[in-house]
Amino acid sequence: METPLLTVDDPKLLAFAEAVGAEGQVSVSGNRTRWLAGGALAEHTRILQAPTGMVAYSPEEMTAQVRVGTTVDEFHAQLAEKGQRSALPERGGTIGGAISVGENAVSSLGRGRLRTAVLQIRYVSADGRVVSGGGPTVKNVTGFDLPRLMVGSLGTLGLLAEATIRTNPIPAVSQWLRSDDADPFAVPAAVLKPSAILWDGSSTWVELEGHGVDVAAERRRLGSIGVFEEVDRPPALYANRWSLQPSELRTIDSLATGAFVASIGMGTVWAENPQPARLLSPEVALISRRMKHEFDPTGRLNPGRTVGGAE
Amino acid sequence: MALKKLTDAIAKITSVKGGSAETPAPNVVDPLHRELREALSADRVQVEGAHMSLMKRDASVFDGGVAGPLCYPESAAEVSAIMKIADKYGRAVVPRGAGTGLAGGAIPLGAPVVISAMKMTSILEVDVENRIAWVEPGVINLDLTRHLGQFGFHFAPDPSSQQVCTIGGNVANNSGGPHCLAYGVTNAHVVALEVVLPSGEVAVLGGIDAEPLGYDLRGAFVGSEGTLGFTTKVAVTITPNAPDVRTLLLSFETVRDAATTVSAIIAAGIVPAALEVMDQRITEAVEAYVGAGYPTDAGAVLLAEVDGLPDGIAIDAERIAEIGRANGATDVRQAETEQERALLWKGRKTAFGAIAQIAPDYYLHDTVVPRSKLADVLEEVYAIADRHDVLVMNVFHAGDGNLHPLLVFDAREPGKLDAVHAAGAEIVEASVAAGGVLSGEHGVGVEKQAYMHRMFTDDDMDHQARLRRAFDPDCRANPGKVLPMGHSCADIQSLRSVPEKVWG
Repeated sequence: METPLLTVDDPKLLAFAEAVGAEGQVSVSGNRTRWLAGGALAEHTRILQAPTGMVAYSPEEMTAQVRVGTTVDEFHAQLAEKGQRSALPERGGTIGGAISVGENAVSSLGRGRLRTAVLQIRYVSADGRVVSGGGPTVKNVTGFDLPRLMVGSLGTLGLLAEATIRTNPIPAVSQWLRSDDADPFAVPAAVLKPSAILWDGSSTWVELEGHGVDVAAERRRLGSIGVFEEVDRPPALYANRWSLQPSELRTIDSLATGAFVASIGMGTVWAENPQPARLLSPEVALISRRMKHEFDPTGRLNPGRTVGGAE
Repeated sequence: MALKKLTDAIAKITSVKGGSAETPAPNVVDPLHRELREALSADRVQVEGAHMSLMKRDASVFDGGVAGPLCYPESAAEVSAIMKIADKYGRAVVPRGAGTGLAGGAIPLGAPVVISAMKMTSILEVDVENRIAWVEPGVINLDLTRHLGQFGFHFAPDPSSQQVCTIGGNVANNSGGPHCLAYGVTNAHVVALEVVLPSGEVAVLGGIDAEPLGYDLRGAFVGSEGTLGFTTKVAVTITPNAPDVRTLLLSFETVRDAATTVSAIIAAGIVPAALEVMDQRITEAVEAYVGAGYPTDAGAVLLAEVDGLPDGIAIDAERIAEIGRANGATDVRQAETEQERALLWKGRKTAFGAIAQIAPDYYLHDTVVPRSKLADVLEEVYAIADRHDVLVMNVFHAGDGNLHPLLVFDAREPGKLDAVHAAGAEIVEASVAAGGVLSGEHGVGVEKQAYMHRMFTDDDMDHQARLRRAFDPDCRANPGKVLPMGHSCADIQSLRSVPEKVWG
């Protein structure tokens, strides 16, 4: 019988699996930009680093297979050499950190959600085996969707080692515009495809991307809802991420959030204060507990961290 | 042959289980049927009649299923009641939409209770501010897009079966379609789901907020082929209709030239809305069937569509034409009217209907290969078909590398079906050997179970089974699908004796 396509022979991944082993509480640290997500790690947990480096980058396939200890900055610098980028957030930190937390890019309206950009993943299981899920191609529905499950799982189901990420061409023109008088909620209807709409309670920022002629046309349309001026960059973002429905941003409680920047049309709010605890429904909590038990029966992966307070 | 063995095995199983796969004798009401009728209504639980035999198959060549009682629930509460009753009687459950699947995913194995989505067909809410719509699972894909038109939106996944297939089926199969190249498959367009687990609990997975709390159970559920539960409500994202669209038709002498052009377009940094290739044989069939205006003297045609703002797509269309000419296009023309464009798409989407003019049977394959390997793998596909003396036609989502080799035959010819299966197996092998995957949009169902080992290791499949058990610890939802038998967790004991090669 032939070797399965997804058989792992990368020595760096195998060495990582060896280091994880099958016993003892264990976690992985990247740059610790999101270290407290899901709660503090239990004391005396052994901390490892994920393997680094690009495995295979195929610009013509729009895919990049990369070890997740690589920083997003380094990864995007390599993609940029070929005129491409990805849905990973450019806020410091490693690819593994971003996937584990499931954080979207600021320009997620344009770049898409991270959860749809992860095509294939490899992780080390609680019993020290390297497991692959998904597939290397841009389109694939073969088998159960482990990549989706791993995005945002905070390393509680497996320790991420490698991911194949869908890449996209960098548009010819990218432009940030700011207005102090526009209604941010009027932007989605005014332009076809903004890459980002940000609002801090008084000013509105819009990122337009594409062919120069299209960006110019969209900018003219924005003129109908306010005075927009080009700026170098979006506003600085606060550390805490809130998750709201896009429509809830109209009635955002700035007393609760403190200073904030909200992503109109998406619902993410970067705020001074953390979001109050949300609760899983009993049914979702039940499935989540069973999931954790199936993947990590002894609770050795990232002990102390919980995804939505499921355990 | 194996099909017969499967049917026999299932018949034996159901009698051993003391179940009631066979029509009960008059006046004897099976307690399972009685309870289901009490939970729904007498007319919404069928145990005999023409509908029952329709349930035995889907749109694939597989024909070996045996359906138990067929239920038409109208609410999540009714689905929950069905799940609990089925559990009490130790029966599996199989969700069913329009039955247009091509991998045997909806084929009922082991006389399960079949839960149809056909009485849950409402579009519940269109929420433009949140860019979503809540719909019931039985809503037809194209009906949703038509409904959204009044708001200036559409539902992006557009499988060829969109006139009949349901949103629930799209969720189960993570369906694609020509326009998924730029917009993504169903998973990218579903933000939340209300599902009923096989144990009867009703759970809402995902959410319409930016980063829903908890594990992405929504993502795990989409594409699970009915093995995790039954979807009762879906929040789909709605996509604004592009203000302008350009559709180009490029003709080539060879399929290789068309495939090379596709790779070159993507390599140039253009992501068109769609890139579809048809070879000469299928183009001839389509022309004979609908007369869409495709050239029948070309070795292959490429349908390329760009949408967006008028100025930008004019630039992209011109670049696509240039790349085509540089790669051997003998003719490039642009649809001048909406009518012309609609006709070209009608031709593409009715390609499979057109086959009936040529031979009574067809077997449509579905694999994905890296775009840069398209030309090589296609040449191999033609060689494989020749070796087995089977007619093959190629019509495919070239932009994603998603091949759909169509094997056309007459099953009445002795030995033909065996040749078709042998050729199909080699096509799957060739795709995987080129670094591709088993399925791009049809799913695994029963069709590709035997090939799962070619892609995944035992450890990989063990973890897929774990994902499944978290939703369905007893593996009662659509048992015997996706994972090969040895990996199907605690798949219902009765199915263990189903022969592995159900495809004969």
